[in-house]
Amino acid sequence: MDNVSIIGAMSIIASGLTMAIGSIGSALGEGRALAQALSAIAQQPDETNTITRTLFVGMAMVESTAIYCFVVSMILIFANPFWEYVVSRAGG
Amino acid sequence: MHITPDTLIIFQWGPVSLNGTIFFTWCVMALMVFGSWLITRKLSTETHLSQWQNLIEVLVTGMRDEIRDISNQDPGRYLSFVGTLFLFIAVSNLLGIVPGYKPPTGSFSTTAALALCVFVAVPLYGVSQKGISYFKQYIEPSAFMLPFNIIGEISRTFAMAVRLFGNIMSGTIIAAILLTIAPLIFPVLMQVLGLLIGLIQAYIFAILAMVYIAAATRVQRPKEKEGRQNEKGNLSNG
Repeated sequence: MDNVSIIGAMSIIASGLTMAIGSIGSALGEGRALAQALSAIAQQPDETNTITRTLFVGMAMVESTAIYCFVVSMILIFANPFWEYVVSRAGG
Repeated sequence: MHITPDTLIIFQWGPVSLNGTIFFTWCVMALMVFGSWLITRKLSTETHLSQWQNLIEVLVTGMRDEIRDISNQDPGRYLSFVGTLFLFIAVSNLLGIVPGYKPPTGSFSTTAALALCVFVAVPLYGVSQKGISYFKQYIEPSAFMLPFNIIGEISRTFAMAVRLFGNIMSGTIIAAILLTIAPLIFPVLMQVLGLLIGLIQAYIFAILAMVYIAAATRVQRPKEKEGRQNEKGNLSNG
């Protein structure tokens, strides 16, 4: 394999791995948070508004790591700096 | 495929080019300003009011209640900033149902600008509320924590920007990918999910901004509580 195809293949593999490994943690965390919030709502239905709001905000916080992974994998696929460097070297 | 509306050139005039982000931001601004001008032109205080006035009243009352719940303060000072953030993000996400429209929040420039507004507004509110002693919270619990506090401040700004950008961009990209795989019904469902996510993200952005501002303006509350307890005590004594 020449350099170009190595870089292309590695970018795609790395972006897939980023997404796969990176989403595990936040998925588990969000699941736990949701389960806890549901049982809290079941115990105290009066506090539903507060619990839901805190749940949303907390979930957004937890989710941000997965979003970072998503952005990194999108960069690797669509706006890969190494790929562009190699292409510009090959072209110019 | 355009990942962000930054790369979409709407209008090219010599060296000046107008990209999709700026254009659609202007559209949203024009829509909101013109719409609210149109609605608030003839407000009525009677029992019969137009449905648009009802909508705006529901929105503003809801935002005031949320802000009061979070900050335990009078919402008037924060309503203009946090409410504008929420309305702008919500409108620019929800307009995604219009064909040909690309949400400007799907561009990192827009979200970074919004997050920078929050980054600047938090110390401003803090200083205006507590004076110079606001900056004391950066060296708490000890002066060694100063760099970490500053890093925390910057990283949460970055997280806000990336969170909004990632969510909206992922909605756009998933719709585009599904269009090539299963073009008939399925993209519509994902579009609906995208609308929901857009609204939730607008809510979260505004709530987070409000939480940060509330954290920056908080510290006098224990004193107030003491004062209230004293008042109560006095009342019960008298």
